Amino acid sequence: MSEQDKPKHVADENTTESPATRAPEGRAPEKTAPGPKTPAEDAAAATALDTAGGAMQPSAVPVSAQSGIVPGGADTLVRRIFTGSGIVSVLAVLLALILGGLLIASTDKQVGATASYLFARPSDFLSAVWTAATRSYVALFQGSVFNPRGSSVAVQFAPLMETLTIATPLITAGLGVALAFRAGLFNIGAQGQIIMAGILAAWVGFALHLPLGLHLLLVLIAGIVGGALWGGLVGLLKARTGAHEVILTIMFNYIALYFLRYLLNTPAFQRPGESNPISPILDPSAVYPQILGTQYRLHLGFLLAIAATVFVWWLLNRSTVGFEFRAVGANPKAALTAGINVPRATVLVMAIAGALAGMSGVAQVAGTEKVLTDGVAATYGFDAITVALLGRSTPWGTFAAGLLFGAFRAGAVQMQIQTGTPIDIVLVVQSLIVLFIAAPPLVRALFGLNPRKKKAATAGKSKKAATTGGAA
Amino acid sequence: MKNSLRATLKRGSMTGVATAGAAALLLTGCGAAPEAGSTASATASDYTGCIVSDSGGFDDQSFNQSSYEGLKKAEKDLGIKVNQVESKTNNDFEPNLRAMVTAGCDLTVTVGFLLGDATKAQATANPDSHFAIIDFGYETPISNVKPIIYDTAQAAFLAGYLAAGSTKTGTVATFGGIKIPTVTIFMDGYADGVKYYNEKKGKDVKVLGWDKAKQDGSFTGDFEKQDKGKQLTQNFLDQGADIVMPVAGPVGKGAGAALKEAKAAGKDVKLIWVDSDGFLTAPDYKDLMLSSVMKQMGEAVETVVKEDKDGKFSNTPYVGTLANDGVQLAPFHELESQVPADLKTELEQIKKDIVDGKLKVESAASPKA
Repeated sequence: MSEQDKPKHVADENTTESPATRAPEGRAPEKTAPGPKTPAEDAAAATALDTAGGAMQPSAVPVSAQSGIVPGGADTLVRRIFTGSGIVSVLAVLLALILGGLLIASTDKQVGATASYLFARPSDFLSAVWTAATRSYVALFQGSVFNPRGSSVAVQFAPLMETLTIATPLITAGLGVALAFRAGLFNIGAQGQIIMAGILAAWVGFALHLPLGLHLLLVLIAGIVGGALWGGLVGLLKARTGAHEVILTIMFNYIALYFLRYLLNTPAFQRPGESNPISPILDPSAVYPQILGTQYRLHLGFLLAIAATVFVWWLLNRSTVGFEFRAVGANPKAALTAGINVPRATVLVMAIAGALAGMSGVAQVAGTEKVLTDGVAATYGFDAITVALLGRSTPWGTFAAGLLFGAFRAGAVQMQIQTGTPIDIVLVVQSLIVLFIAAPPLVRALFGLNPRKKKAATAGKSKKAATTGGAA
Repeated sequence: MKNSLRATLKRGSMTGVATAGAAALLLTGCGAAPEAGSTASATASDYTGCIVSDSGGFDDQSFNQSSYEGLKKAEKDLGIKVNQVESKTNNDFEPNLRAMVTAGCDLTVTVGFLLGDATKAQATANPDSHFAIIDFGYETPISNVKPIIYDTAQAAFLAGYLAAGSTKTGTVATFGGIKIPTVTIFMDGYADGVKYYNEKKGKDVKVLGWDKAKQDGSFTGDFEKQDKGKQLTQNFLDQGADIVMPVAGPVGKGAGAALKEAKAAGKDVKLIWVDSDGFLTAPDYKDLMLSSVMKQMGEAVETVVKEDKDGKFSNTPYVGTLANDGVQLAPFHELESQVPADLKTELEQIKKDIVDGKLKVESAASPKA
């Protein structure tokens, strides 16, 4: 039981460390997941937190007894899933693609036909499996990145532009989920925030008739404000009443959706002379310009998504507010003890998360759809959770994950047309990715990566990360 | 120890999977290999017909499925090539349609009013491609889009009259999935059919779930949650209804389940299906199935494809009516004996009157063309 001794030793180091060396500790150990902790480690971490890293007197009640979120509890598990190692994300995608390929093969007619005489000529069966899986994935690639059969370079790269277009709302909504998570809030409400943003933005877009430039700006502001209010309200309820954000956001999703359906049944939101639940088309002055010409759907929203990613990166890693968010995420009680205004941080982070999701709503109504229907949010609000998960809640990770999911969705169209593979396969692959990310030990075991070797070496580091929530 | 346990578990599960897989292969893999080089190639026609669903998908037991089956039938009968793309969300409409045009489709069928804008955009951008849209008509016709629409109220009127003539409790009911014109048109016709029966017979059969004057009634909120359909139907049964017409696609099965329970408890209840002949498409409830209000979408799609293939495409809307059998009241099947002969004759007469224009069935949602 040599492990028992080691953390104790590290703990001693911690308590004697000077505040000066601890204070700027905002960098996260990127590659290390905070592993399961021993009780001794917990005690050490609690002591460190209790004194706010030695800056304050220890409080009468230990942190682990004050806080509802104790290290090693269920929240730590969720945290591990959200901020796990990057290699697991990559391997999870790989595994999901392999399993997806097998699934495609198993539903393929040719594979079925050759399986019936497997023992007579197994090579037929194997080549049929290979053909079925690779044909689908080649089609997926051609539909999402590069189509070599295009007549010109512009047409050949059209799929890539489509990927970026579909990725745009995924990225911004994913950032909203990721940011909230870094502050310790599990924001499932992106769907509702997108809807509220979509309602406001679309209304400004079709009901008001303003000059070019100003109109789009107002649409954007309306959407961001709509999302921010819907998210901030959750933060406010959580901060004031202690209601759990998961329940709040789920319910807020329903409220937003049914509110939207109600609105679409009122004449104010319907086209003149029609009673279908679909809004008028937004004014041309209210929609995002297509940044690479009219042959692509790619719109200004994508550039804004990049800007949003930079903003979130800056916010989390370079700003005081972001540091507070992460401190609250790591341990709200400790953050409170350290003088951070936790309720304010909660409201603020949910409002910003809502604003980011709101940008997705704007990307929908002003970018691609140009109308408001009850499907305006599609499934982006829920896909955003997966995207944040896959991106391990880091801004650029989320960006990359958004691109990957955008590619899946864009490529699925070609997959259906060229090979008849149902789009559900793509959804299965997406779901498998989540499954594998949620079970890192499974992925590591399958690829023979033993986490135990690393753990001893990085035990000290991961504890520090726990006090700040880790940044990247 | 934990580790070794995990390893054992892992090994155990892997072995299990392997065994199951091997067993499956053993069972299926004993056939003889076919002769090499016997690949049949039978592409009869260069014509490609394509279809894009709305978010319901091709297995929605409603208009997506009927339209898809129509195209599949055309594939078999006319030897055309078929491309299909399912939309999972409203966002997929435009990329899917673009992909269809790029794939060289001669005619693309789009399903539902939600695809109206996307179809219009692609049709305008690609004047050489032909399109047909189900359940949606444009105010200003587009030269290469053929709307396929239905005056469903006519057949629903017959169903309402049939329900009013068959009820034992003097109360019948209907509910919808989402309040959209293609749903409420059923409910309008149904309510009017009952009203007509009351006027003619001096009775007072009540309709639950829809108020035509107010254009409001009971809806489950989507076309997915069957339990909501069950709940609503139970409410209707509690209020004394004995015949229910759900206009909610698969949610109708929830109504079927509730009625089945009521029947098992000794109540005399009946179901009226919509879109397709429920006796055939929802066989679980065939002993409850009084009739169905059918929209023959498959036939319409096949006809439009055939016309286009023969070079006879036109953008004149196809309007399904009782006159052209685009909408129909399905046969009574097993409940044939329970429908009185008088009622059958009256229904025949009403149908004739509607076809002749003597009896006008009007709904706010009726096709304007």
